[in-house]
Amino acid sequence: MPVKNKKLNLKDKYQYLTRDMAWEPSYQKKEDIFPNESFEGIKITDWSQWEDPFRLTMDAYWKYQAEKEKKLYAIFDAFAQNNGHQNISDARYVNALKLFLTGVSPLEHAAFQGYARVGRDFSGAGARVACQMQAIDELRHSQTQQHAMSHYNKHFNGLHDAAHMHDRVWFLSVPKSFFDDARTAGPFEFLTAISFSFEYVLTNLLFVPFMSGAAYNGDMATVTFGFSAQSDEARHMTLGLEVIKFILEQHEDNVPIVQRWIDKWFWRGFRLLSLVGMMMDYMLPNRVMSWAEAWEVYYEQNGGALFKDLERYGIRPPKYQDVANDAKNHVSHQAWATFYQYGHATNFHTWMPEKDELDWLSQKYPETFDKYYRPRFEYWAKEHAEGRRFYNNTLPQLCQVCQIPTIFTEKDDPTVLSHRQIVHEGERYHFCSDGCCDIFKDEPEKYVQAWLPVHQIYQGNCEGGDVETVVSKYYHINIGEDNFEYIGSPDHKRWLSIKGKQSDDKESGSSQDAA
Amino acid sequence: MSQLVFIAFQDNDNARYLVDAIAEDNPEAEVQHQPAMIRIQAEKRLVINRETMEEKLGRDWDVQEMLIDVISIGGNVDEDDDHFILQWN
Repeated sequence: MPVKNKKLNLKDKYQYLTRDMAWEPSYQKKEDIFPNESFEGIKITDWSQWEDPFRLTMDAYWKYQAEKEKKLYAIFDAFAQNNGHQNISDARYVNALKLFLTGVSPLEHAAFQGYARVGRDFSGAGARVACQMQAIDELRHSQTQQHAMSHYNKHFNGLHDAAHMHDRVWFLSVPKSFFDDARTAGPFEFLTAISFSFEYVLTNLLFVPFMSGAAYNGDMATVTFGFSAQSDEARHMTLGLEVIKFILEQHEDNVPIVQRWIDKWFWRGFRLLSLVGMMMDYMLPNRVMSWAEAWEVYYEQNGGALFKDLERYGIRPPKYQDVANDAKNHVSHQAWATFYQYGHATNFHTWMPEKDELDWLSQKYPETFDKYYRPRFEYWAKEHAEGRRFYNNTLPQLCQVCQIPTIFTEKDDPTVLSHRQIVHEGERYHFCSDGCCDIFKDEPEKYVQAWLPVHQIYQGNCEGGDVETVVSKYYHINIGEDNFEYIGSPDHKRWLSIKGKQSDDKESGSSQDAA
Repeated sequence: MSQLVFIAFQDNDNARYLVDAIAEDNPEAEVQHQPAMIRIQAEKRLVINRETMEEKLGRDWDVQEMLIDVISIGGNVDEDDDHFILQWN
């Protein structure tokens, strides 16, 4: 008798996948199979409480991911076939993509490796399935981003060696060290760092307003990969929140450990996002919202609601949140000023904003821009106009933890650089903030090993002692093509010729770049 | 302090129906149009009902189909075969 096949509902399907397909080991001890599950001090009493609210099963996962990929690649094809790069707002915009490809896309790959590893570390099947799906998602993000930007690589400089640069270039040690720190932590810290603090609390700031900005600047390919990736992120974020609630509900001893991780990873993530703040305020010729506005919506408002929800577990908002909230009016300007000065050592171009752009910044940052930043920027623009484009030839002091040059200022006085130092086992270490200094003090044995690009150059480990040799030989940045000022760069000339404004192609053979 | 939940969709044809359905079932929700995206926020709770979506679309609709067009969410998720709920407790 044929029985009509009754369709399983979501809850049942998820139950079968994450419980009934797992098994209890009989001839090996569980702690031998999952040796990394306990050393961080996190106590799990009942893995069956793990719940993925999306209840995604493999069949549904492949079905929806395949559909996303088909849509995405149809757009990539259309973009390439129609020379989409010619329709962006301005070629200065492409410099944000150069930073994205070298700074962010490799993190997607690092996330793939991280989830593939920690998925092996958990004895709960629900957690293993979630990590497996996320690992595949992250690999997809890394690949689709490279595919999207390969079209730009045919037409603009600085996109030719992203993976190599990610491992070596001074400012890329900031994102690289962030993920290396997470990946060398235990499995529960990794989830708190990446699934919760990064994905849930902070990635909206990268993928939502910035990608909306990409759309506003005519970059169909980037907005599409961004939002396609973000559709996976919506799952990851949900998972991040569930992970935290799960760990906190398992045992009260977990609360202080998780709080310390939240404090640490909020601060690390906030520092990392300085780069995104700069991309939004300075590298999008058509602007959607300021970094400060994005911070208000996506951190102060959404993060506020989140931490209010977590209060009942005994979790408070991250330490130094007040410093981060105050910094929203400063970080993008401080970061751009730094990249402008070091534009000879970057794979992308920098420039001073045009007058209407300065006016926009003045309007968006009424308390800070005119007072602290605009005069400096106008001075630099004037210097450039008079043939003295400013480059800083002294290598900056880096923070031992976030690896950003110590460029940020004190919360209560934006005219004073924020600098902390401590002596540990006879060596002096420098930090950009109390936030980073605290992280070091918790685990000095980890951070004394930091690979700091400036130190490495001075120690002679980067194929030369002078900036030019390091930049060309060690970083693979093509001098005079990828780096220096945007105005007059090969990218700028190419853009003018695309737009039919001025064709300088015949003259570009001679090197006219500032040096 | 208010506690807002939110959901953001790509601004595409599918999302039009989602936004209509959400607006109908959550009359207090605020719909914000931004370049290439639509963001909807509401105090404490937001629901997408399968039934409303099926009415709007004129066909069967699986709640998980929203995964294709969603960009981001804020709030605790509760999903089953009939609805997708975002809420702060």
